[in-house]
Amino acid sequence: MTLFQCILMGFLIVCAISVSFSRNLLNSILIYMSYSLIMSIIWVCLQSPDLAITEAAVGAGVTSILFFSTLKKIHAIQIEKEKSDQKEDEGIE
Amino acid sequence: MSKLRPQKEYEKTFAFHFFRWLSGSKDPYLGEVEMKPQKETETAKATILERMNEKEMIRDKVYDVENNKKLAVFHKIYVIMAILFCIILAGLLLYTVSYLPRTGNPSNPDNNMVSRRYIENGLQETGSLNIVSGMILTYRAFDTFGETNVLFIATCCVMILLMVDDAILKKQETVNDRQFEPQNDAILKGTAFVLCPIIFIFGIYIILNGHLSPGGGFSGGAVLGAGLILYVNAYGFKKTQKFFNEHVYKTAKITALCMYGIIGSYFYILGANGIENHIPLGIPGHILSGGIILPIDICVGLEVACTMYAFYALFRRGGL
Repeated sequence: MTLFQCILMGFLIVCAISVSFSRNLLNSILIYMSYSLIMSIIWVCLQSPDLAITEAAVGAGVTSILFFSTLKKIHAIQIEKEKSDQKEDEGIE
Repeated sequence: MSKLRPQKEYEKTFAFHFFRWLSGSKDPYLGEVEMKPQKETETAKATILERMNEKEMIRDKVYDVENNKKLAVFHKIYVIMAILFCIILAGLLLYTVSYLPRTGNPSNPDNNMVSRRYIENGLQETGSLNIVSGMILTYRAFDTFGETNVLFIATCCVMILLMVDDAILKKQETVNDRQFEPQNDAILKGTAFVLCPIIFIFGIYIILNGHLSPGGGFSGGAVLGAGLILYVNAYGFKKTQKFFNEHVYKTAKITALCMYGIIGSYFYILGANGIENHIPLGIPGHILSGGIILPIDICVGLEVACTMYAFYALFRRGGL
């Protein structure tokens, strides 16, 4: 059990450092999501399932979705499909 | 409007003016203040380009690192100081950690009579098997009430900042009705079809079993809200509005907060004055037990689920 926890802690540190070093905003949100997921497993190991449920729902779920939608609003995520849609819209207008 | 007086006489009274002001049917500035409609200003493209060029030139002049030696020195010192500051801060924090008492030591300051009281008499006094939820909803109900209010105020602020007028939203939707929704994604729809009922039932289970098993109002509400967000993403806002529109949202949220306030204040007043509590605690382990914990859990769950969904809908679309 302790070995498993040590591995998880190692992942946690790697995630926390790589969030600040990744240049792509989308990547850093994905890493943050996995950070929350690992954190929720650690909460289960520490015998606090209440916190694990909340962490998985809020940290890994809702918060990162809010980040995604914010990135889309400020046009930080650019998908090729969107670009073609925008071109079509401009053509119509 | 009063039926006893004629209309003209009623219009002179204070009540008429007050209710007209309250409902906002008459603009108080219209016709009394000199106003001109704003004109749309147009700037030629050439001037915009000129300005951009100027900006770049100024930037080049100010941040000309090759010729401006002071700036180069400043940048070097800035980097060194930043690294030093980080190292010193991390060192200070680690140094403080070494003074913390070891976990599990019986002489730790956190091992006092308060926690002993919670552990020893918690089951008897609150009637809930889950000691955490019994603690935060009965002994510390006032804190939790404050937290729920914080959630309410946070959604109000987000609404003020991000809410778009209904008329504008409808106009945008007629121009491009798929603007806020993903394209008809078969994988997402299939996954949501299987997962959504399970997530909803799990969330309701966590809320209703808050006093028996791990979880409680906040975690269950968060799970429910996440399920709602998944549903919206898969099926779009139009289908969600059939069962969760702005009216339902306002009713659920305000009712939950008011119910929590009423139940909570009944409990605080009785507890503070040492009066006997008339809500039966029930048999520990049964679903209908735990006194005020079950209704408060439901209230908190509704509040949190509404908040989570409203955040997403406001961020994404600007309206519920």
